[in-house]
Amino acid sequence: MSALLETQALVAYYGDFQALFGIDAEVREGERVALIGANGAGKSTFLTSIAGMRKSAPESIRFDGSAIGALGAADVAALGIALVPEGRRLFPSLSVEENLSMGAFNRRKGPWDLARVYELFPVLSEKKNAPATSLSGGQQQMVAIGRALMANPRLLMCDEISLGLAPAVVKEVYAALAVVCGEHGVSAIIVEQDIELARTMSDRAYCFTHGTVSLAGASADLSREAISAAYFGV
Amino acid sequence: MNWLDTVIQGTLLGGLYALFAMGLAVIYGVMKQINIAHGDFIVLAAYVALGIVAATGLHPFLVIPLAIVVFGAFGYFLQRTVLNRTLGSDILPPLVVTYGLSIVIENVLQQTQSGDPKSLKLGSLETASLPLGGGLAIGAFPLIMLVTAIVVAIVLEIVFNRTRLGMAFRAVSDDREIASIMGVRDRRLFGYATAISFAVIAIAGVFMGIKFTFSPSLGPNFLLYAFEAVVIGGMGSFWGTLAGGIILGIAQAVGFALNPGWGILAGHLVFLAVLLVRPTGIFARSA
Repeated sequence: MSALLETQALVAYYGDFQALFGIDAEVREGERVALIGANGAGKSTFLTSIAGMRKSAPESIRFDGSAIGALGAADVAALGIALVPEGRRLFPSLSVEENLSMGAFNRRKGPWDLARVYELFPVLSEKKNAPATSLSGGQQQMVAIGRALMANPRLLMCDEISLGLAPAVVKEVYAALAVVCGEHGVSAIIVEQDIELARTMSDRAYCFTHGTVSLAGASADLSREAISAAYFGV
Repeated sequence: MNWLDTVIQGTLLGGLYALFAMGLAVIYGVMKQINIAHGDFIVLAAYVALGIVAATGLHPFLVIPLAIVVFGAFGYFLQRTVLNRTLGSDILPPLVVTYGLSIVIENVLQQTQSGDPKSLKLGSLETASLPLGGGLAIGAFPLIMLVTAIVVAIVLEIVFNRTRLGMAFRAVSDDREIASIMGVRDRRLFGYATAISFAVIAIAGVFMGIKFTFSPSLGPNFLLYAFEAVVIGGMGSFWGTLAGGIILGIAQAVGFALNPGWGILAGHLVFLAVLLVRPTGIFARSA
């Protein structure tokens, strides 16, 4: 399988502070990749760099064969890279349905539209005219995922979508994600604090420590001990 | 003194203030920028309309569509070439740059148009009026002004709440970064917002030029009225801005009726009272 996304020596800075120290990673077509690591290890920075929310060296990020590191966020979105951002970041002035429609702003062709998203998350169709931020945490997360799906992405990046959700809701959200990746061949990068969940949800995993990759491999082969060791950088 | 008449006149005048204010509200609503030169652009629009009338002999109302196109394009160009460069986390650069534009516009107008008061002439429509009975009458032109303000509010409400462009405006206003990862090209979008603002400025400029005799130095007053109307009405809907303009107009009319020196002051006092009692504005949606 060829790599859909590939990063080479990807670095990122916040002012003088260096957050990523040369990340080499790849996501193959149809693959689900988990990113695990402690807070501040650079997982979110990695995702926002790929999404074009911060500029990188052109060749340090390649998508479908072309260098995209220097592209702006809107140009990256047009290629079919969608992000479910940390903390959901729904548009508070917009209704549920308008939030979902914003996801389709690029008008990329594909299987996902409002009807399909409502099929996946039936509860959202009942609340489609409500302000997005009036929903419960789990429902807001569904809106955030639905909004990303509306872009008909080839690569879906999810940043801590289980954070603050009840365990039953987490299960529901990940079941939906499995459907999305399984049925439609969408590639995914999943940032997840829950290591067990991350392992079971992914084909491969990268462990980030202090802005570097400390461990990588097929999720099934990674032992809990190895992950713990990499997690804490010991 | 007839209070009903005073309130009616104030309401009609409020239509003009609402026209001043809605252009300001568009830019603030989308970009959270204050255009300090807003009033000067209104004055500039009146001079441009005067120039077109002088060159073509057209009726001032017929100049409005042309002025909208010219000013809309100018607004887009100004945003893309100048104002977008001032955007960022610091709120000072847009204020300083538009303040500078304000000074430049006023002085260029002084140099080229002189400080003599000018006005746009309407002909017979200027004095036409509709009798309401009971000795009351409504001037035809002030009525057209108020109706125009209502139509502009309706159009802006539709654009912002019922169109894809308006949805993107609100999304960018909420969260510029997330809107951009949805594919919104924010700099271009800001150009469209300023184009819409300047289209409203063009309309406001023509009506101002008919209503008042104007000179290059009036811009800052108009900015103040616009700002007061926006604050009184509260952000969130153009109906609020329209109401804010009308409340300001009534306050000034009542002040004038009490004492010719109190009109403008009465408007400022109502503005300050609203700031004290309800700082988000009377008709604000919960921010």
